[in-house]
Amino acid sequence: MLESTQTIKEQFSLLLDKAASTAELESLKVEFLGKKGKIAALMNELKALPADRKREAGQVINQTKQLIEQRLHEKTEELAMREEQRLIEAAESYDESLPTELSLGSYHPITLIQREVEQIFASMGFYVEDYDEVVDDYHCFEALNIPKHHPARDMQDTYYLDNGQLLKTHTSAAQNYIMRKYGAPVRAIFPGRCFRNESTDACHENTFFQLEGIMIDRNISISNLIYFMKTMLSEVFRQDITVRLRPGFFPFVEPGFELDIRCTICGGAGCPSCKNSGWLELCPCGMIHPNVLTAGGIDPEEYTGFAFGLGLTRLAMMKYGIKDIRVLNSGNLRALSQFIDA
Amino acid sequence: MFVSMNWIREYVDLSDENTEELIRRFTLSTAEVEDIYYKGRDISGVIVAQILSAEKHPDSKKLHLLKVDTGSEVLDIVCGAPNVAPGQKVALATVGGRVCSGEIGKATIAGFDSYGMCCGADELGLADGHTGLLELDRDAPLGTDIKTLYPLIEDIVFEVDNKSLTNRPDLWGHYGIAREFAALTGKPLKPLSLSEIVFDGDREIPVTVSREDLLYRYSCLEMSGVSVHRSPLDMQIRLYYCGMRAINLLADLTNYIMLELGQPMHAFDARKIDSIHVGTPAAPMTFTTLDGGEREINENTLMIYNGSEPVAIAGVMGGLDSEIVDNTDSLVLESADFDGTSVRKTSSRLGLRTDASMRYEKVLDPELTVIAIRRFIRLLTEIDPGARVTSRLTDCYVRRYDKVVITFDKSYVDRYTGIDISEEQIVRTLTLLGFGVTNEGHIFTVTVPSWRATKDVTIKADIIEEITRIYGYDNFEIASTESLLKPVRRSVSKEEDGNIKNLLVRHYGLHEVHSYIWCDGKKFKKLGIEVEENVRILNIPTPENGTLRSSMLPTLLTFVYENKGYSDDFGIFEIGRVIKGRKENGECNERRTLGLTLYSKQRSEKELYFRAVSMLRSLTLTVKHTEPAFRKRAPRSAWQHPKNTAEILLGGEVVGLICTLHPQNLAKLDKNAAAVCVELDLDDFYKAAVSPLSFEEPSKFPSIDYDLSIVLPEGLRFADAEAAWKTAGCRELTGWRVIDVYEQEGMRSVTVRLTFSSEEKTLSMEEIQPVIDTVLSNLKNQGIFLRS
Repeated sequence: MLESTQTIKEQFSLLLDKAASTAELESLKVEFLGKKGKIAALMNELKALPADRKREAGQVINQTKQLIEQRLHEKTEELAMREEQRLIEAAESYDESLPTELSLGSYHPITLIQREVEQIFASMGFYVEDYDEVVDDYHCFEALNIPKHHPARDMQDTYYLDNGQLLKTHTSAAQNYIMRKYGAPVRAIFPGRCFRNESTDACHENTFFQLEGIMIDRNISISNLIYFMKTMLSEVFRQDITVRLRPGFFPFVEPGFELDIRCTICGGAGCPSCKNSGWLELCPCGMIHPNVLTAGGIDPEEYTGFAFGLGLTRLAMMKYGIKDIRVLNSGNLRALSQFIDA
Repeated sequence: MFVSMNWIREYVDLSDENTEELIRRFTLSTAEVEDIYYKGRDISGVIVAQILSAEKHPDSKKLHLLKVDTGSEVLDIVCGAPNVAPGQKVALATVGGRVCSGEIGKATIAGFDSYGMCCGADELGLADGHTGLLELDRDAPLGTDIKTLYPLIEDIVFEVDNKSLTNRPDLWGHYGIAREFAALTGKPLKPLSLSEIVFDGDREIPVTVSREDLLYRYSCLEMSGVSVHRSPLDMQIRLYYCGMRAINLLADLTNYIMLELGQPMHAFDARKIDSIHVGTPAAPMTFTTLDGGEREINENTLMIYNGSEPVAIAGVMGGLDSEIVDNTDSLVLESADFDGTSVRKTSSRLGLRTDASMRYEKVLDPELTVIAIRRFIRLLTEIDPGARVTSRLTDCYVRRYDKVVITFDKSYVDRYTGIDISEEQIVRTLTLLGFGVTNEGHIFTVTVPSWRATKDVTIKADIIEEITRIYGYDNFEIASTESLLKPVRRSVSKEEDGNIKNLLVRHYGLHEVHSYIWCDGKKFKKLGIEVEENVRILNIPTPENGTLRSSMLPTLLTFVYENKGYSDDFGIFEIGRVIKGRKENGECNERRTLGLTLYSKQRSEKELYFRAVSMLRSLTLTVKHTEPAFRKRAPRSAWQHPKNTAEILLGGEVVGLICTLHPQNLAKLDKNAAAVCVELDLDDFYKAAVSPLSFEEPSKFPSIDYDLSIVLPEGLRFADAEAAWKTAGCRELTGWRVIDVYEQEGMRSVTVRLTFSSEEKTLSMEEIQPVIDTVLSNLKNQGIFLRS
């Protein structure tokens, strides 16, 4: 019996060394460990042995069986590893620098800047409103304390329509509507498209975007206005902004201001962008004129407020370095398709 | 407007102030300064000298060889000026001195040595253009530095942005600006030196007015005995530095006073004036202004007449015939206040904006007219002691502004400013600016001075501006508001616009564009698209673009046309406004709109069309959680395809349109490509309800699929077949989808997979058979049969 197990071990070793595939290992397993395999045959022989030898012989057979099992397992592992190695070696190393299929759409740059600014205002509790492009004389002028003979109404600035209406020349045209809609207190912005009857060149467009904002409450002061503009513009430009106010005349505010920011390009030292003054004229603002509040149904003795205008088109041009304003309404995809954003 | 600091310093003592700092504060408190010019700073080594002799150059027609006495030596000078004469006193730039063109050196000109240069006014920066040597006064001491003799040569002049002075008529003269500096520095403003009008006789220039609505005040008088005709050099320099040109003494004086007080004046040659009439002509006419221009005058143009003869366009420009000429020795001096709007309309209609009209537009203070006349008399008699007033003052003060008195209390100022400006400071500021102020128990009563009361300062908020701008906005302590916290909801339109843009850009790779609100007639024509009748812009410079767009699609198609070279396959969209005609009340029917166009050389028109349908489904499913429906309709415009134009419906309401192009227009756009257009009326779209997202627990039991291959006869749509199972009324029929479409010769066969499942058990074939039978019978009723 012992001799038999020895022979089986030797046979197995020989065959195992030769085996080079999992299929061969499988047939080895059947040949030696299967129901009709060599170990099973030995077990059968065991029955014929006298009881005193049975135990010892049984142990030897079992040891042989375990040895075969273990070596089969080891060999299976080894083969699997070799196969993985082969796959790795045969694999292609990919070249990421090859161009790939890409069909990304694009947002209009005004949309991008408008979203950014709207989010800032929403975070500060402002309603974001929308208003018509065609308006009437009352909303565009009269309600804004722009008297009948004011030069802003002259034909050369405003597009008048054959039905007596006009294309809004500024987003301020929505002020009265917002005041009537919400009453006081209110804080709201209203971005929108404006139209001025002027000839176009790289710096001038007859169609452009502004964003107007108002904040009305009891005790809103000039001090609040300056604080707010500084905070808001620091958010828009994502840096601490220094502002300065100068008197500016707009019929719908009193006092009215031109707001300058310290030049974001040179930091105030003077550069071509700020014409060496160190300041960029950025947005008109002011305390809402009492007549405008009254026209909006708000008592100017009880409430005060401020208003400001931001040139969205100008902001977009500043932010993206657009030199020719006419690109924005051109539909030219070579230019516009570059504004890829999430 | 140019402001001379020398001039300002005549009215307010700024001797211990830094000029640049003052100008900076002026920008921050009053009006924007655009530029600062340092006049005469670079002129040096120019002295008074006398020409002793002038010989003609032997070989040159133009040049003279001069002997010039500087007081300490006699120099040889070669001079090209035409007006040299022995005995003249001239400005000599000595060797080493500087003039505008640079440093003077010893030179050899046409073979002769020259030790300096005799200067013209232009070479000293005192005039434009070379008109010969600048002749100095005979009694000017030899050797004196020209800048000592004429200290006004050196000046700091700053330019104020005219736009920032629109609301400040008082700042259109130096005296008003000096008042600002007085307020900024706390120094008093010196009074103007004025003459009394003294005339004992009866002579008077009669003035009649037929258009009192266009006039506030007309003042005039006559002066005679004028013998000086050239203005002193100091006055010429000042006029030039402020952007005007010296003409003759009387004209220069009117300009000088306009620059000083902001009051335009006109001097008529008295020989041409007997009486004045202010009115408008009965019929249109032409009139020659003093610049020689022929002007078309209409019935609304306010004119000044001598009797019935027009002599000036009121507030704009005088006439050629009555102009002051060099030998004029008597004049009728007009100082008037015309209606600002009338002057503005006239000057813009004539295309003639003058220094006078610009000032009248700002609505001047009528109190100024007589002050200006008294100032004129003072200056003229100082320069020409022989000149005297030879008539009474005629003063037609036809309309007056109301006196403006404003009352407010300290708490109003505190509330408006948010800071504490002391009562004392309020009083001081307003007083320096010329306001009358009384202050009792925190209550201020303020009388607005006439020069601010024409329209500028009328309410207490205007007073706030006066107080705060002089206080200085840079000095404000700033603070946040204490407003109530309130949640802010985004509007439906904003939210849905954003969602639509995101879907189209991120998922479908479309490009967002913006286009004009009017139709571009020329570009439409290229694509064979007619501009449809709509509201028009009255005053657009290009009339073919005057019609507002009633749809975005034609413009988007022109964009597609222009971008054909960009890519073989792309899509663009715009969210904006269109005007769909007029509403019942005549106003524009403005609609928020999404326009979308797909273009491809790679895909068939059919593929592109279904891509668009798929976009619309994604759009309504994601934004509204609802499937859209489609209904074929006749084209809305001639460029749309007669067969493939369909309405888009949402919850049964029409919200838009999808179409391909009429072959005629497609051929013009691109013979080898396909295009599909979609337009959504977003105002209708926003109104459609957002369905709640529905959720059903998936069944734990396996489902059964059952495939039906049906044949759609000509004229029937898939939607007709769909009803067969949708109306079968079976709870276990939980889903269906198309798995195959097969088309051949007008016949369409569609394979639909119906899915059955139950929440309680595994279904058997026997259990679903009755439902299948119902579906088949429904189909049969529609004339739809299974494929054999």
